[in-house]
Amino acid sequence: MASGEIIIKGGYVVDPTRKIDGDVSDVAIRDGKIVDKVSSSAKVIDAKGKVVMAGGVDVHSHVAGPKVNVGRLMRPEDKLLSGFCRSGMAQKNGYRMESGFSIPSTFKTGYDYARMGYGFVMEAAMPPLHSPHVHEEIHDTPIIDEAALPVFGNNWFVMDYLRKGEVENTAAYIAWLLKATKGYGVKVVNPGGTAAWGWGLNCISLDDPVPYFETTPREIITGLLKANEYLGLPHSMHVHQNDLGNPGNYKVTIESLKISEGVKPRNKFGREQVLHSTHLQFHSYKGENWGTFESGAKEVMDYVNRNKAITIDTGNVTLDETTTMTADGPFEHHLHGLNHLKWANVDVEMETAAGVVPYVYDPNIKVCNIQWAIGLELALFAKDMNRTFITTDHPNAGPFTRYPRVIKWLMSRKAREATLGSFKHKDKVIEATHLHSIDRELTLFEIAQMTRSGPAKCLGLSNLYGGLAPGMIADVGVFDLNYKSMPSDPDKIESAFQRAACFIKSGEIVVKDGEVVSNGHKKTVWVNVNMAENPQVKRDIAQSFTKDYTVQLENYSVRDYLAPHPYVINVDVEA
Amino acid sequence: MATVTLKPTKTPEIMLEGYSITPDAFAGKTPAQIAALPAHEGKIHVTLGDFFAVTGESGATAADTNILIAGDCSRVKYIGSKMTAGTVTLNGNADMYVGGWMKGGKIHVKGNVDSFCGIQMEGGELLVDGNAGNHVGCAYRGDWRGMKGGTIRIRGSAGNDIGTFMLGGTIIIEKDAFIHVSTHAEGGTVIIKGDVEGRVGGQMVKGDMYVLGKIKFMMPGYQKVGTIEKEVDGVTATFDHYIGDLGERHGKSRGQIVYANLYLKAAA
Repeated sequence: MASGEIIIKGGYVVDPTRKIDGDVSDVAIRDGKIVDKVSSSAKVIDAKGKVVMAGGVDVHSHVAGPKVNVGRLMRPEDKLLSGFCRSGMAQKNGYRMESGFSIPSTFKTGYDYARMGYGFVMEAAMPPLHSPHVHEEIHDTPIIDEAALPVFGNNWFVMDYLRKGEVENTAAYIAWLLKATKGYGVKVVNPGGTAAWGWGLNCISLDDPVPYFETTPREIITGLLKANEYLGLPHSMHVHQNDLGNPGNYKVTIESLKISEGVKPRNKFGREQVLHSTHLQFHSYKGENWGTFESGAKEVMDYVNRNKAITIDTGNVTLDETTTMTADGPFEHHLHGLNHLKWANVDVEMETAAGVVPYVYDPNIKVCNIQWAIGLELALFAKDMNRTFITTDHPNAGPFTRYPRVIKWLMSRKAREATLGSFKHKDKVIEATHLHSIDRELTLFEIAQMTRSGPAKCLGLSNLYGGLAPGMIADVGVFDLNYKSMPSDPDKIESAFQRAACFIKSGEIVVKDGEVVSNGHKKTVWVNVNMAENPQVKRDIAQSFTKDYTVQLENYSVRDYLAPHPYVINVDVEA
Repeated sequence: MATVTLKPTKTPEIMLEGYSITPDAFAGKTPAQIAALPAHEGKIHVTLGDFFAVTGESGATAADTNILIAGDCSRVKYIGSKMTAGTVTLNGNADMYVGGWMKGGKIHVKGNVDSFCGIQMEGGELLVDGNAGNHVGCAYRGDWRGMKGGTIRIRGSAGNDIGTFMLGGTIIIEKDAFIHVSTHAEGGTVIIKGDVEGRVGGQMVKGDMYVLGKIKFMMPGYQKVGTIEKEVDGVTATFDHYIGDLGERHGKSRGQIVYANLYLKAAA
């Protein structure tokens, strides 16, 4: 942590947490925190004519852990001719080589996020059994603070408790697992469906039975929503709904979102939602089949706009060659059947599964174009940008390094029309989507809500990240954009956000003129729940490790040395 | 047409990555500028001038530029890789990746080449007078998009993994080959004039293979459907016609399933 004082002078500050929209002012930093003022000896960074924002907060990205590594192993071609493995400057400055495009190395991940001015990233799916590996990779990713969400939606304990309606026991199990895995919150992937995959089946609707467990996706979602609020965790339940990626799935999506009605947020972290619906683009499809495929973004967003208990992230398709990876095992098998490319499938005993398949979002294919449009429509139909966040479900819909391009499309109708106009099937795409008729162009303030204040609040981290109020962590990005006269060439928006003019992470200058100048001092954030011991759950866990698991209970937990720079958020549950 | 001559002056300690040795990079440059072009020896940045004496002159475009390498390049990789036009003539051996990703022009290696020559080639001509190592005209590791076009002719023999994931173009091995020919291929033609150890056409979806010698171990996924007289690369012979790989997915054309074809010269 840098103890030096820094003052960022004269920039156009955009900070939704304090409703500041382009005012010219200074940002002062001391001891890694934002402060009111600093002494005259502070290092001065001239931000005149540039935009100053808090560090970005990514609510959902697959950047660490076994399935990311499976992707790296099975796709050496992703590394060919990408990255700066030979950058003379990196070598000279002692930085690590960077490689990979859709599944970058840990070093490239940290550097690329920093170059884009991001300070916090949530690893979106941690298989609990492999949490030590997740933490090892997080530790190896420089600069950015990270946390990880363990997956619960197909966990045998959870399904066993919830079929009996035992919310308190589920909550006690969640509390134990978060501690054991140094996890952050409750992630749910294709609830029940991934467990059914063990029988070669899937759960497509909310009431499809999960074989053996005699529960349903609806019961799992309902129970986990309640358990999450019982504990009062900083983040809400974070769900990847059933029937991802299939035409007509928008109905299941809305039905799943409706389960949140009647559940009240209960926490001390300023979080207002009870359900975060992730990569909604993959869940907003209309049509009967791929031939009649069309956008369901309007229907889905009409519902989201009405229900304040929901936050969403977009999962924008960026029209790149990428690598899909998800704990939704049956979906990856389905995808492999569509594109015939290589497929990896892994079962994680008692807990979850995962699959990996490369995917090319080809600009000449109509379905890919419609997916691209849907992702943008979700954001453009949104009424509350503080509940709508930009992601690419990295790397599933595209690599996170395309966020600046997504921002460009959202801020410029001209840029959207140029991309739309380049499609071979332009007319068919216009017919199947709403995008062509949308004039809305998002403002820098709205972009800051979607990438800073919004996700930080959704994660229950609004006192630390996503804003520039005194006392918050000093993550500050300076971007080469003139607030008063935005460039007429939309590509300049993209390049400004791709490489920050300056990025300060926890009070330390880590990026200057788009180049990494420090490896930073990253932290791993995790949630420690303190609650009264639940003897039944304790016994169930002990018994299961004796009977079912291939590892001993003593060998299961993440050792402290694997997360050597923790930031622990304590949650006290009153009995 | 103008010719640039490179004369090796020093043997690289670690294999030299000579990715700048292409008519495209040389075109429009003076010998001094060519000598200053980048190369890598391991992680160390070097220039072509550190290893070659550069004389002659380049043409205005790649198509007007010939490169003559007057000496051995057994420790130089990527010669002529990604080139689009012009010629490269090498009076000696070359290391890996000769003509990799090339799109046009002609490369003539008068000695042997190591592995990965012509990988993911899209066009042009690659001629090797000696032998080739493994992975002739195959896809990059992990990639499913192999050679798309152009011609590779190896006058000697080749190792394993020839034309893996091939989509188009022609590979001719004038002597013997080891194992794995046209694995996963979905197009293109491989002609082997000598003998092959085995694993010919495994998981092949579409495309043609000719073997004029013997196949020691036949793949079980191939079925003989007839005998046919054919002319291939100047040789007319009677071939046993096999289709396969029967264990792999295949497309249809006019209601008929399209298999890969293996033409194996019939026993006299």
